[in-house]
Amino acid sequence: MAGPLPDGDPAPIDGHLPVGSASLSKGRDFGAYVHVPFCRVRCGYCDFNTYTSTELQGASQSDYIDEVIKEIQLAQESLVAGGFPARPLSTVFFGGGTPTLLPATDLARALAALSDTWGLSAGAEVTTEANPDSVDAEYLRALKAAGFTRVSFGVQSAVPHVLATLDRTHDPKRVPGVVQAAKDAGLEVSVDLIYGTPGESLDDWRQSLEHAISLDTGHISAYALIVEQGTAMERRIRRGEIATPDDDLQADMYELADTMLREAGFDWYEVSNWAKTDAQRSRHNLSYWTNQDWWGFGPGSHSHVAGTRFWNVKHPAAYAQRLSLGESPAAGREQPDAEATSLERVLLEIRLYGGTSSAGFDSALVAGLIGDGLITYEAARAGQLVLTLAGRLRADEVVRRLM
Amino acid sequence: MSPRARNPLQPSSTDPAKIRNFSIIAHIDHGKSTLADRMLQITGIVDDRSMRAQYLDRMDIERERGITIKSQAVRMPWEVDGETFALNMIDTPGHVDFTYEVSRSLAACEGAVLLVDAAQGIEAQTLANLYLALENDLTVIPVLNKIDLPAADPDKYAKELASLIGGKPEDVLRVSGKTGMGVAELLDLVVAQIPAPKGDPTAPARAMIFDSVYDAYRGVVTYVRVIDGHLNARQRIQMMSTRASHELLEIGVSSPEPTPTKGLGVGEVGYLITGVKDVRQSKVGDTITDQIKPATVALPGYTEPKPMVFSGLYPIDGSDYPLLREALDKLKLSDASLNYEPETSVALGFGFRCGFLGLLHLEIITERLEREFGLDLIATAPSVPYEVTTEDKKTITVTNPSEYPDGKIKSVREPVVKTAILAPKDYVGVIMELCQSRRGTLLGMEFLGEDRVELRYNMPLGEIVFDFFDHLKSRTQGYASLDYEPAGDQEADLVKVDILLQGEQVDAFSAIVHREKAYAYGLLMTERLKKLIPRQQFEVPIQAAIGARMIARETISAIRKDVLAKCYGGDITRKRKLLEKQKEGKKRMKMVGRVEVPQEAFIAALSGDTETKKK
Repeated sequence: MAGPLPDGDPAPIDGHLPVGSASLSKGRDFGAYVHVPFCRVRCGYCDFNTYTSTELQGASQSDYIDEVIKEIQLAQESLVAGGFPARPLSTVFFGGGTPTLLPATDLARALAALSDTWGLSAGAEVTTEANPDSVDAEYLRALKAAGFTRVSFGVQSAVPHVLATLDRTHDPKRVPGVVQAAKDAGLEVSVDLIYGTPGESLDDWRQSLEHAISLDTGHISAYALIVEQGTAMERRIRRGEIATPDDDLQADMYELADTMLREAGFDWYEVSNWAKTDAQRSRHNLSYWTNQDWWGFGPGSHSHVAGTRFWNVKHPAAYAQRLSLGESPAAGREQPDAEATSLERVLLEIRLYGGTSSAGFDSALVAGLIGDGLITYEAARAGQLVLTLAGRLRADEVVRRLM
Repeated sequence: MSPRARNPLQPSSTDPAKIRNFSIIAHIDHGKSTLADRMLQITGIVDDRSMRAQYLDRMDIERERGITIKSQAVRMPWEVDGETFALNMIDTPGHVDFTYEVSRSLAACEGAVLLVDAAQGIEAQTLANLYLALENDLTVIPVLNKIDLPAADPDKYAKELASLIGGKPEDVLRVSGKTGMGVAELLDLVVAQIPAPKGDPTAPARAMIFDSVYDAYRGVVTYVRVIDGHLNARQRIQMMSTRASHELLEIGVSSPEPTPTKGLGVGEVGYLITGVKDVRQSKVGDTITDQIKPATVALPGYTEPKPMVFSGLYPIDGSDYPLLREALDKLKLSDASLNYEPETSVALGFGFRCGFLGLLHLEIITERLEREFGLDLIATAPSVPYEVTTEDKKTITVTNPSEYPDGKIKSVREPVVKTAILAPKDYVGVIMELCQSRRGTLLGMEFLGEDRVELRYNMPLGEIVFDFFDHLKSRTQGYASLDYEPAGDQEADLVKVDILLQGEQVDAFSAIVHREKAYAYGLLMTERLKKLIPRQQFEVPIQAAIGARMIARETISAIRKDVLAKCYGGDITRKRKLLEKQKEGKKRMKMVGRVEVPQEAFIAALSGDTETKKK
C-alpha cells in the first residue's frame, strides 16, 4: 500500500456503497485485509503506510484494534443497508506495518470480530505478516489457537550487509528457528525476499535464495526492490551514498530466482510469487488478482466491493477520529468504467500463471508478442495469453501493447 | 562650449555646406546610446525635463512599442562661432552579421566618431567597422568614452587608437556620455573636421536607402540620404533596383520625433513613407530616384542580402506550428534578410528552414520569436550554403544536409570568411590552436598598443557556425572578440555524415563536415544519443555513416525488466492510472522506424551545441 492515495470521487460519510451494486458481488469471494500501521523502526526503502511510535501524533497503538472493530461494524451496516447477501470470509490477511508488533491477543480479537460478523468459510485462509524478530514460539502458538493458518515472514535477505542497507534489524540466524516454530505450531509458512538492493551482488542473492529454500516452506515471494519517492533510500541514492538498483542485474536476479526455485520444487503462480503446491498459494493475494471482493480495514487500506474501489484516510489519527465520530473512514472511491475494468483485468490476470484470455485481441498483436518471446505459443494457441520468463520481466510492456 | 543653436536650419533647403553627416562606431556596451542621448540633450532637441523619462529609458519603450521610435537618423542643430549647422547622426546596426547594413549607413556619412570604452579598448567588431569607414574614405574622430570610470585607462587606449588610425594620442578626445563631459567639444569637432556633403542639386534625384523599418501603424519607414537633386512631398519616386514606383506620402526628418518637411535636398538625411507594407519593397542600399525624370545610373554598392547561415526552427509543441508561421511572417516585414520555407523532420515534426545573415542574426530572430511571440523553439545545428557538383556536372546549392546529393560527388565548395580576432597577447597560443583545429589559415597578426593582438584568419564559415565563438570565449576567459566578413569560397574535402537509429536516418542530426572530422562528429552524436534515448523493447544500434559506410556505432541494449514487483490491493488503481498515463505519453513519442524517442531526447541532443552557443 505504497505511495499517496489515488484521486477519486469523495466517499460518503456513512460509507454506503453505490445503490444497486450489490448484485455485482454475486459469485465473488469475500475477504478481509487488516492493516496494522505500526513499526518499531521505519526501513529506509519502505513507503508503506506505517508509523513508528514517535510519528503517531496521538493515535494509540493499544486502542487500535478497537478502532478496527468499529470499522468492521460500520462495514457490516453498509453491506446490510446495500442489500448485500451474507457471505462468510474466504480469506483474511493481516499486513502492515508490522502486525506482530501488537500482542497476539489483539490480532486474535480482530479475527474474532471478523468471524463473529461474517463467519469464516470452511478452510478459510488466515494469514499474518510477521517480522522474524517480533515473534516467538509462544506467540505463534497463540496465533494458531486464535484461528490463524498461515504466517508470512519478512526475511528479505540472508546477507548481513544487504539487510543493513535495507535497515532490517533482525538477525538472519534467528530465522530458521522462528520458521520452525511456526511449522511446529501448525502454520503454513511463506517467506518474503527482496532482491536488487544497492550493493547486493548476484552471489549475495544466490545465498539468500539458498537460505530461503533451506527453510523448506511451501511459499516464497521475491520482490525487486523499488526505490520509492520520498523514502530515505531515495534520498541516499540522490546524494550518491548508495547506487541505484540496476535493472539488468535485477533481471538476472529474477531469472536466477526462477531457476533455483523451480529446481527446489516451486512453481511460479504470479510474477513475484512461487508455491510448491496449489494449496500453498496465497489465496488472499489471488483474490486481488482475480477481482474478488475484499474489505480493507485500517488507515490507508483499499477495498474492492461489487465493482467499487475505495480507500481509507491515511493517517492513524485521522482514522481514529473518523471512527470516534461514527463516520466511515473512507477518503475516496471510484467505479472504474468498462474500459478501466477490462484494463485492470488484463493487467492483473497477465501476471498469473493462468494468464488472460486472448479473446478480443488483434491476432497480429498476439503474434508480435509471441515473436518477441513475451508470451507462450502453446497457451496462445489454446486462447490464453501466458507470459514466458522474459515476458514476466516485461509484463508492464505486454499490458501496454495490449491496451 | 558652443551655445545651442537658436535658429535651426530649415530642412529641405539647407545649404550642404552647413550639413555634417556622421555615424558613431562603437562596440555594444561602450556607451553609444548614452552619448547619443547626451547629444540630443545638449543640442536642445529633447528638453532637459523629458530627457530622462523619454530617452535614457528608451530601450524599455522600444521593447514595449517595437522599433517605431528608434531614431535611425537624428537631425540636431548646432552653432559654432555664430554659424548654425545641421548635424545628422546616423545609427549603425551594432553587430557582426550586418556588415552590409553598416556599410550602407557609413556610405550615407562623410565622417564617423570612433567611440571606445576607456576601460576596455577597441573590440574586433568595432575594428572591422572602423576599417569599413576608412574604406569609405570617412573622416574618423577617435573618442574615448566613460573616462569617469575608476577603471578607465585613457592614456593606454589613446595610444592604441592613435596607432590604429594615425595621429597623436593627445588628439584623442576624452568624453563621458554619462556626465556630459567633452560632448560639446565633440560636436564642435564634428563640425570642424567632417567634410560637408557634396552633390549636384540640379541633377536627377538620387537618394540612398540606408535603413528601412516596419511600423505597424505607418507601414515601412525608409531612411535616406539625398546625394543629388531633391525629393519633395507627393512626388512619385522609383526604386532603381526593381523599377517599382511609389508616391511619397510623407517626407521628413527625425529630430528626434518624425517631423514632416517639404522635402530633402542635397546632403540631407531623413525619412520617407510610401505606404508599402514590407521592407523588401524598400531595400537597404537601393537608390531612389524621380519617376518622371529618373537618374540613369544607380548609386554604387547595392547588393541583395544573402543568407549565410541556415537552421531549421521547430516549435517544441507541434501545435504551435501555425503560430510560428505567423510570427515569421510578421518578422519578415521588418527584416529584409530573413527568409524561410516550410520543412518537415522525422525527429522534430513541422518547422521552417530559415536563412540568416549569420549566427547572431539567427540568435536575434530565435530570441525574438521566443520572447515576442511566446514560442518554445528548437533550432537544428546551423549550416552554411555549399556548392556541390556531382559527377554528371550538375551544381546545386545545399543549405540543408538533407539536400546533399546521394550520388557521386565531384567537388564541394564552401564559403570562407576573413576572420579578425582581438585578444590580450597571452591568449595568442590558444587562439591559434583553436583556429588551426578549425582549418583556419593565418593571414596576419598585429599588435594593438602594448598588450593586445589582432589575429587575422581565413576560415571556412562552416567551422565558425559550429560553436567556434563559444570555444573562443571559453579559451580566452571571455576576453577575445570576433568579427568576420565573407571572403569567397574554396573547394574542400567535405562529406555528409548521417546518424541512423536502427538503420533509419534521423534527418535532424545529419551534418556536412570535413572528412577528417567526420569520425569525431559521428562519435559525438552516437554517444550523445545513446545517453538520451531510453532503452527499447529491442536492441537499437545507433550508427554514424558516410553514405553506406559506417564510421561509428553505439548500441542501446534491449530493456529486460519492465514490471511492477508488487501489485496488491491499493497498487491496482495506481498501476492502472500509471499505464493510462504511459499510453498518453506514448502519443508524444516520435517514431523513428520502430524506435520510440521522446521529443526531449532530440532536443537535448541538438542543444548540446545550442546551449553552449547561447553564452
